[in-house]
Amino acid sequence: MTTEIILQTIISGLLMGFIYALVAAGLSLIFGLMEIVNFAHGEFMMLSMYAAFWLYTFFGLDPLLSIPICAALLFGLGVATHYGIIRHILDAPMMVQITATFGLAIFLRSLAQFLWTPDFRTIPDPIVAGRIEVMGIFLGVPQLVASAGCVLAFAFLYLFISRTETGLALQATAQDREAASLMGIRPDRMYALGWGIGSACVAVAGVLLTSYYFIFPEVGLIFALIAYVTVAMGGFGSLIGALVAGVLIGLVEALGGLLIDPAFKYVIVFSMYLGIVLVRPKGLFGRY
Amino acid sequence: MLDVAGLEVAYGDYQVIWDVSLHVAAGEIVSVLGPNGAGKSTVLNTISGLCRPKAGRITFKGERIDGLPPYEIVGRRLAHIMERRRVFPYLTVRQNLWLGGYNPSARKERAQTLDFVFELFPRLEERESQLAHSLSGGEQQMLALGRGLMARPELLLVDEPLLGLAPAVAADMMRILRQINETGVSILFIEQNVQTALSIADRGYVLEGGHLVLDGTAEELLASADVKRIFLGG
Ligand SMILES: Nc1ncnc2c1ncn2[C@@H]1O[C@H](COP(=O)(O)OP(=O)(O)OP(=O)(O)O)[C@@H](O)[C@H]1O
Ligand SMILES: [Mg+2]
Repeated sequence: MTTEIILQTIISGLLMGFIYALVAAGLSLIFGLMEIVNFAHGEFMMLSMYAAFWLYTFFGLDPLLSIPICAALLFGLGVATHYGIIRHILDAPMMVQITATFGLAIFLRSLAQFLWTPDFRTIPDPIVAGRIEVMGIFLGVPQLVASAGCVLAFAFLYLFISRTETGLALQATAQDREAASLMGIRPDRMYALGWGIGSACVAVAGVLLTSYYFIFPEVGLIFALIAYVTVAMGGFGSLIGALVAGVLIGLVEALGGLLIDPAFKYVIVFSMYLGIVLVRPKGLFGRY
Repeated sequence: MLDVAGLEVAYGDYQVIWDVSLHVAAGEIVSVLGPNGAGKSTVLNTISGLCRPKAGRITFKGERIDGLPPYEIVGRRLAHIMERRRVFPYLTVRQNLWLGGYNPSARKERAQTLDFVFELFPRLEERESQLAHSLSGGEQQMLALGRGLMARPELLLVDEPLLGLAPAVAADMMRILRQINETGVSILFIEQNVQTALSIADRGYVLEGGHLVLDGTAEELLASADVKRIFLGG
């Protein structure tokens, strides 16, 4: 095994890790805000990939250009999910909350199968294509762009949450809803905004993936599963935790696949997850 | 300024406040007294909109506010500092204060209000970039007060400001409350210790088991045999 191959694997792992991080950030934001896990997070990603696919098919719009449209669509879907479903089950028992978003996930997946068939689709010739060689290492351009896009989106999210008035209000609501409402913050609006932003995050990741990934009704499953692990490992509600854990999982998955066996890569990822939460149940950067 | 009449509050089917009436005139400091579980916090929480009354009316500056959500009530210049401070633990001191002025009616003067708060609590300015959870209990209470003041209230509700404070810090806190009152802010506060409360309050109300059992000026209450019975078991 050459150094090039190892280096190449590390870089691919990193690139994938940033995508995982953005997907997890969206999930973590919603959880941090209202302690509800969106089990339809992966399906939201799937919908955004299909949105990009149809925008390409009907209007010839390249995925890169449809990012803002898909983000806006999924922002809307997130807000609608809050007002249509979540708002009514905020104080319901946890099983009710789980079944609600789980049910939504199954509904959306079946709907996608029904409307668009279970076929695997691809975007035949996206703007970003091919690969580049740097010092003997080959990197796919779509992978590079997708990863860079996720890093950029993540940075935006981070600045928004930590630097803007609304971001502060979101954090305050997450930390103490009652106290926040006494400041004049409307918790319900913050929740809706959180659902919107969280869904837009996974939408951006999804669209960026379409330049090199298959689009099919079940595409969100593995990404969502990894996102749950990422969030739990990084610490519920922590953006930095999502970033570190996402990158860690990307790296371990890639290196595990190379050094041990590709079939075992998830075994290694989940073992790492179990190891970390056994030692630190609240995750790497968790507060709760 | 504040008028509460015939207030009844229940948590689900479990009623905890029966027919409570009280008022606060402009410029007054009024204390709500009573043993644990008497319903003091519930009364304050209902005034600020955190709890909805089952019956009764709450009027502030001549307008009904009962049933309004808290984020609207604070915009009418009525701030509430909850029991146990409830600062935002993972925001800095400055961010906590800044959010205190979030509501639109306080937002315009935010920078000046912040200067005023820092003048009142120089300690908070020294620690402005520290996370709130890392402050001492006394500092957290100052932060909670300062954050409430950022809303530019005309009436301040304060729930047990002395909870868990060392005697010296508690005395300081009472002095600060009086100082805030002197800037023209009316205060309705909860305190368990009758002597301490009535040392700064003009008047007081005594709650017991969800009922208003006594009210009067500080002198009247201090001299009352009932107060001694309720609070000293004598
Ligand atoms: N969220 C709630 N749900 C149900 N019951 C509650 C709730 N909050 C308070 N109670 C009950 O209402 C009654 C009054 O509580 P409240 O907190 O208003 O009393 P308090 O006078 O502030 O007491 P303390 O001095 O201990 O703070 C108590 O019997 C309490 O158990
Ligand atoms: Mg209380």
